[in-house]
Amino acid sequence: MFLFLGLMTTKLSKKVAGTLGTIGLGACLVIGYTAALTYFASGSLEPIKVLDTVWIDFSQIAEGFSINLGIYLDPISAMMLIVVTTISFLVHLYSNGYMDDAHLIKYGHEAEGGVKHGFQRYFAFLSLFTFSMLGLVLATNIFQMYIFWELVGVSSYLLIGFYYTDPAAIHASKKAFITTRFADLGFLIGILILSYYTQTFDFDTLINGSSSAISTMQGTSFLGCSVLCWAMTCIFIGGAGKSAMFPLHIWLPDAMEGPTPVSALIHAATMVVAGVYLVARLFPLYLIAEGSLIVITVVGAFTAFYAAAIACAQTDIKRILAFSTISQIAFMITSLGVARPEYHEGVGYMASMFHLFTHAMFKACLFLVAGAVIYRVHSNESGKMGGLHKYMPIASIACLVGCLAISGIFPFAGFFSKDEILVAAYANNTLWGLWMSMVAGMTAFYMFRLYYLVFWWDKPDYEAHGHHAPKEAPMVMTLPLIILSVATCVIGFLPFSDYITYNHEPLHAGHDWTVIISSTVIALIGIGLATVLYFKKNDKPAKMANAARGLWTAANKRFYMDELYMFITHNIIFQTICRPIAWFDRAIIDGTMNMFANITNAASYAIRKFQSGSIQSYVWIYLVGALAIAVVSMLCLI
Amino acid sequence: MDYSQFLMMPQELGLLLVFLLVFLFDTFLPKKAQSSLSIFTCVVFALFTIANVFMAGNGTSFSGMYEQTSATYAMKLILNAGMLIVLIQATKWANSEFVAVRRGEFYELLLATLLGMYIMISARHFLLFVIGLETASLPLAALVAFDKKHYESHEAAAKYMFTAVFSSAIFMLGLSFVYALAGSLYFNDIAVNIMGGQSALLIVALVFVISGVGFKLSLVPFHLWTADVYQGAPTAVTSYLSVISKGAAAFAFLVILAQVFGSAYSAAWEWMLYAVIVLTITVGNLFAIRQRDLKRFLAFSSISQAGYIMLGVIAGSEVGLASLMFYVLVYVFSNLAAFGVIAAIENKTGKVNMDDYNGLFKTNPWLAFSMMLAMFSLAGIPPFAGFFSKFFIFVGACHTGSVAIYVLVLIALINTIISLYYYLLVVKAMFIKQDECVIPTFKVACSEKVALIITTLGIILIGLASCIYTYLAEAASNSSAMFMFIH
Repeated sequence: MFLFLGLMTTKLSKKVAGTLGTIGLGACLVIGYTAALTYFASGSLEPIKVLDTVWIDFSQIAEGFSINLGIYLDPISAMMLIVVTTISFLVHLYSNGYMDDAHLIKYGHEAEGGVKHGFQRYFAFLSLFTFSMLGLVLATNIFQMYIFWELVGVSSYLLIGFYYTDPAAIHASKKAFITTRFADLGFLIGILILSYYTQTFDFDTLINGSSSAISTMQGTSFLGCSVLCWAMTCIFIGGAGKSAMFPLHIWLPDAMEGPTPVSALIHAATMVVAGVYLVARLFPLYLIAEGSLIVITVVGAFTAFYAAAIACAQTDIKRILAFSTISQIAFMITSLGVARPEYHEGVGYMASMFHLFTHAMFKACLFLVAGAVIYRVHSNESGKMGGLHKYMPIASIACLVGCLAISGIFPFAGFFSKDEILVAAYANNTLWGLWMSMVAGMTAFYMFRLYYLVFWWDKPDYEAHGHHAPKEAPMVMTLPLIILSVATCVIGFLPFSDYITYNHEPLHAGHDWTVIISSTVIALIGIGLATVLYFKKNDKPAKMANAARGLWTAANKRFYMDELYMFITHNIIFQTICRPIAWFDRAIIDGTMNMFANITNAASYAIRKFQSGSIQSYVWIYLVGALAIAVVSMLCLI
Repeated sequence: MDYSQFLMMPQELGLLLVFLLVFLFDTFLPKKAQSSLSIFTCVVFALFTIANVFMAGNGTSFSGMYEQTSATYAMKLILNAGMLIVLIQATKWANSEFVAVRRGEFYELLLATLLGMYIMISARHFLLFVIGLETASLPLAALVAFDKKHYESHEAAAKYMFTAVFSSAIFMLGLSFVYALAGSLYFNDIAVNIMGGQSALLIVALVFVISGVGFKLSLVPFHLWTADVYQGAPTAVTSYLSVISKGAAAFAFLVILAQVFGSAYSAAWEWMLYAVIVLTITVGNLFAIRQRDLKRFLAFSSISQAGYIMLGVIAGSEVGLASLMFYVLVYVFSNLAAFGVIAAIENKTGKVNMDDYNGLFKTNPWLAFSMMLAMFSLAGIPPFAGFFSKFFIFVGACHTGSVAIYVLVLIALINTIISLYYYLLVVKAMFIKQDECVIPTFKVACSEKVALIITTLGIILIGLASCIYTYLAEAASNSSAMFMFIH
């Protein structure tokens, strides 16, 4: 059932890297599917540990305390297994076409020196990422998860900075790495607090076996909140960093500097949902620490709105998709935040996972469409596109499917999952429900804005600058698009609620017709508005932007969050904290170290003469030394 | 006499068999077949090492003179692993023009010393121990003098011989004091008889015994021979001296101190060892900073490493024993990687000076890479094996829980920082000073390549594969009886 994952990483071979990587991933896909399907077919939804070996044993220090490495299968990890292997496989396939030309587009003039061996390097990184991601979702304990969590961060860093001759890419990769690392600090603190009290890293034991330790944690209060609440919130900070929740979202839009297939795989479908997965994994603990669930809901709901608002005012198509991703992940987070066992048997948990699943499919599809368009048009700016439905019909249809799905139109995948989220939100509090419905309407609007701007609107003169007219992307690139579009159409009908629930028991959720109808209507309004404004070239959007100039500019500039961060880090932290520390480091620490070094050096010089080379003196020192030790010992000990 | 007692010592018998096979091969096969002696030895020894993995069984024989425990099995296995790498490394040198005639002697002497070390580890009676000690020492003097053409080799051998004899004499004197105190030379009897008593005689005896074994470990102040001998001896022998001989001495040291003088632990030798460790680590480091000759450099580095090894002895517990064995294992791989690179370059160009290594990365990137890993591991930079071994040995020492030992670990840590400086000097020479490369690009011989690959893999993997430490920790906890007098 589970021969397993891991060794497909190190394929650094020369020209065949692409093919080899894809085949390796294909094998991985088959194995992953077999494992997941066998698991679901087996009937029992209890988690199982396929493999669990002790890696570092601390039993000498604390009884039964060790760090293990293993493979953990339960409904959500099996689901993630499917998501990761599918998307990763399709992206590998797609990259065979995309990366081929991508160098030439961006670095045609310096392909010789700059990005040499790019192709192999790219596939090596991609495989490394897939390996780490699988390790993350299948981790048996929180420490293993943390290890792979960091590995995922590193491979993301490497892939964002893939075009390392481009300063923007370097900046983006640094930003992504620093932001997520900063958030991971919270994760680590959370892990340490949690394991300090429970004496274990293991998920099973954490969730089931240590209720007494958990209640101790709940009883112990620190700064007005229970320790458990603090621990879980700290862990959530880690998740929020990876999942780009406000205010740690700033890295994700910039991460779009990486190659587009990478954006599809890492920054849309898999890595960014790691935060959601983390919260879902520890959900029983979050249920106990209700305070952190409220934090999660607030952060999620705000981010959803905030990112949607920004997405309405962007022009770079990948940025639009990036903000849409942030917004959709925020949906999942909110859904987890509002889930309670007493409302509809905790439908929010299921909805979140369902949305994660469907979102991975249609967002990857949208990103790959964007990649195909960029591949042909050689630009990210929506202003340089338009009217492409004539040239790239398949991409156009795939994009339409993706947009319909994300807007939540029946029968596409997003409809089902988004409705479940709204049901959960209404069940918790009508206010949350209304709020999320509004954001869903905005989603429909900005996605169709994107769709029209790229594929309809006005046709620019593609052949003006000596370019060829754009045409459909090669087969390796369109095939994944088709597969993902089809998947987007059908996966909504999967009986998700039978399998993925927080307590491993099937859910009996009926459909809530008011929610279904209202959300469809809201989505249609959003789409209608977009159609009126952007279907054909006209000056209405410009007028509207003018009318609300301040708001538009602010949204376009992402509400100045980046500037705020720059101000805080450069002007406040660097000036007031780092300067004095730097001085302390140079004057005191370095001074002390130099003193040590000088003393060492002098001592080394002084004792040099003992090593004279004459054997008489050697023996003499031997004897004197031995006797000296004896005399000193006698004086001290007797 | 009950000959079945010999069955208690499968490793010694196996080694003897290897020795005999090599001897017969060398003596009776025609001149033409002789050139394959090196490969023959490597293969036979490799088979023997593999067979070792499966050997087990505890017990004593020869009325308690000899004891085999799971810890001694593990110790001998570690020595075997190191020996195998040394043998592979030496192949090229052993077949070079001047050495080829006496190739057989080289291998036979080497195997004979290893047999002596086995006996040192397993001996539980001082008579047997001395036999082992001398078997391990005397052939080494001949090996040090192996390079007949070089004056330095003779000088080194003479120095080694004289100091070894001197230290043996002191050691024997110490033994006679011990006999005077306890009336027996059996480890167990001595341990029982000296219990509770504390006299000047005991302290002098202890110091003399420590000095005798400390000489082989090159602990300060018994270390002065080290640099000269390492520098003068052929590199193959130097690497053997610095790794196998030192490892065996460390194991024997722990056995003697724990099993014979266990009851005098906190009363006497803990503090002697404390002083010796501080001296050893510090002095080794201070001298290493100034060396330009890489073999001398590694001599002083190995002195300071011996100080770290002693941290496992001072811990005086199973945890200490496990960390000591692990430390020696990692040290074997790291040091042999460094010596492998040095030998490869010396065999080709005759250069051993640090300045000659400038820009090595440009001309021989793989050699430079292996050397870098070796240096990183010796300095204890994560994630290489050296980091884990240092970590475990510190943990083992801290396990005693006494404040004095914490201070000792702190001193050791500061010294680790100092050592980082001189280890990185080598790396700096190889990687940063790229303008002047004296050593031309050359092809490394196959055998040397194999040895380097093994050691490099070891450096990378030993720390990460936790099963190795777990295995050693189990072996140690199965042999916890040896610490009964300390607790």
